[in-house]
Amino acid sequence: MTTPQPKASPLDFRATGHERRALSTQKLVRLGFLGVTLLLLLPVLGILVTLLVEGAPGLSLEFFLDEPRKNGAQGGIFPALVGTIWLTAVALAVALPTGVAAAIYLSEYARDNWLTRAIQVAIVNLAGVPSIVHALFGVGAFVHFMRFGTSILAAGCTLAVMTLPVVIVATRESLQAVPRAFREACWSLGATRWQTIWRVVLPNSGSGILTGLILVVCRAVGETAPIMFTGAVALRVLTPESVFDQTMALSYHLYVVSTQVSEVPRHVPFAVALTLIAVVLAMNAVAIYFRMRLRGRKKW
Amino acid sequence: MAPQPPQLSARRAQLTARLDQRDRTWWIDFAARAAVLLGGLSAILFIGAIFVFIATQGLELMGRLSFGEFLFGRHWEPTVEPPAYGALPLLAGTCWITGVAMLIAVPLAFCAAIYVGEFARGKQREWLKILIELLAAIPSVVWGVIGLHLMKPIIQTVFGVQVGLNVLNAGIILGLMAAPIITTIAEDALKAVPDTYREAAEALGASRWQVVWRVVLPHARPGLSAAVLLGIGRAFGETIAVLMASGHRLMVPTSIFDSAATVTATIAAELGETATGSDHYQVLFVLGLVLFLITFVINLLADWIVRGRRSR
Repeated sequence: MTTPQPKASPLDFRATGHERRALSTQKLVRLGFLGVTLLLLLPVLGILVTLLVEGAPGLSLEFFLDEPRKNGAQGGIFPALVGTIWLTAVALAVALPTGVAAAIYLSEYARDNWLTRAIQVAIVNLAGVPSIVHALFGVGAFVHFMRFGTSILAAGCTLAVMTLPVVIVATRESLQAVPRAFREACWSLGATRWQTIWRVVLPNSGSGILTGLILVVCRAVGETAPIMFTGAVALRVLTPESVFDQTMALSYHLYVVSTQVSEVPRHVPFAVALTLIAVVLAMNAVAIYFRMRLRGRKKW
Repeated sequence: MAPQPPQLSARRAQLTARLDQRDRTWWIDFAARAAVLLGGLSAILFIGAIFVFIATQGLELMGRLSFGEFLFGRHWEPTVEPPAYGALPLLAGTCWITGVAMLIAVPLAFCAAIYVGEFARGKQREWLKILIELLAAIPSVVWGVIGLHLMKPIIQTVFGVQVGLNVLNAGIILGLMAAPIITTIAEDALKAVPDTYREAAEALGASRWQVVWRVVLPHARPGLSAAVLLGIGRAFGETIAVLMASGHRLMVPTSIFDSAATVTATIAAELGETATGSDHYQVLFVLGLVLFLITFVINLLADWIVRGRRSR
């Protein structure tokens, strides 16, 4: 029998009983943590599967191309899809230039002074403001003060303010990933600061800006609260013709058919939710892909 | 010294003038600098504008509102005559739901952060991070549908209660929404602990768990508290999902199986029905201001904690 014996020589590297026990405890601890992590992720997989199972029967070509009928209980979601595209486009048109400019300022111009710190604090806080507070701001500032009325323009601007920190953070990260030597080489050839940024820094941080763009699209598509009082309406079968029209939107439509309309067949909200989540997750996957490519290329 | 030919000196003057002149490149550089500064200032501008616009919309009412009654009144009846604006049910609902959400989210998120940061390696780790990020990307309204159509029957059958839309339902939904954010920030905090600390502990014979428990966690404590704070901020400000899952009952909840209403959900539910400028409209902006100030403080506090650790 092999009873645990004291090691015969100092060169015997086999694990002692004590070491074996320590190793198996370690394995148990590791497994425990893996289990809890999966506990966090499993409900999500369950949710996705349920959405697929319950929502798939409602999906068809007509669903995407038809107008909603009976307050959305029947028919399709075409005006909501078009409206969401309008809203997203306006949000992008406002948030992207502003955000990229802010990121360029912070990464290329800003010195370490009170102004820079104030901007950073403002960005952190802007990112933390609840979406319903953004909605109130949109109502006060864009709908009433700027006299946009409840329109795509007002809702798009509200979304833009909300997504601004996302653009700034994503872009700044990618600008800072461009090595300083690139800039110095360009300056030494006599280029101005802006020429350096335009010709050297920005082209080398394209994927970061693209990530910011995609994340804005995700937020703009998914958010409901900021648009429900600034431009989205429950039912408007006509697709919008200008930014001053009101519009349906996918996220708000989902809210309405789930809570406000009676006698909706069960598969309708699930089909809308499935569409929404498919768009958002697909966009996010693309953003993650670009970020990984950026990280892989960091060696230059 | 011979006088220079007049043509030459004119030519020289011309050249000097051109050198002195600020050319197109200079002006483009100047304009770009001004433009990006404006972009940078826009963040400050917007956060200031949010405060100003929300405060001014509710300003007129704030003069007349008794703050004791507003904060501690148990009746939120803005549509009856005379209206009562006691926000206690809303504040209590928010606290209950946020509390339940944190009880669920914090342990899950910390374990996930420890596993991803300290135990997982290579491909597995990348995949877990991506999944957690996708979890954070699920839109609020989709979570609301999940609460309304999936969680409700589950809670009704598991706990044998009549009302499926309650504090527990909203808390679970919010917990799952806040967990990925807490996980990401907590993992960053763990990553910020220098590897030499881990190596030193391992050289003394500590197991991985001992390293995590005795070395990494104590050092990451400020970052972890910031993660919890930001998670609270997120849960606090969530609107649509809570509105759909909480049952939206305007009374102070006494157990997790009671329906409840939150500050955010009340604004979302009532703003559409109010006339612009009316008392009811204004009181919703006052609620918005309260929300804004609370999240502002939470964010500043979290930022301060993280920054304090970095500078040390």
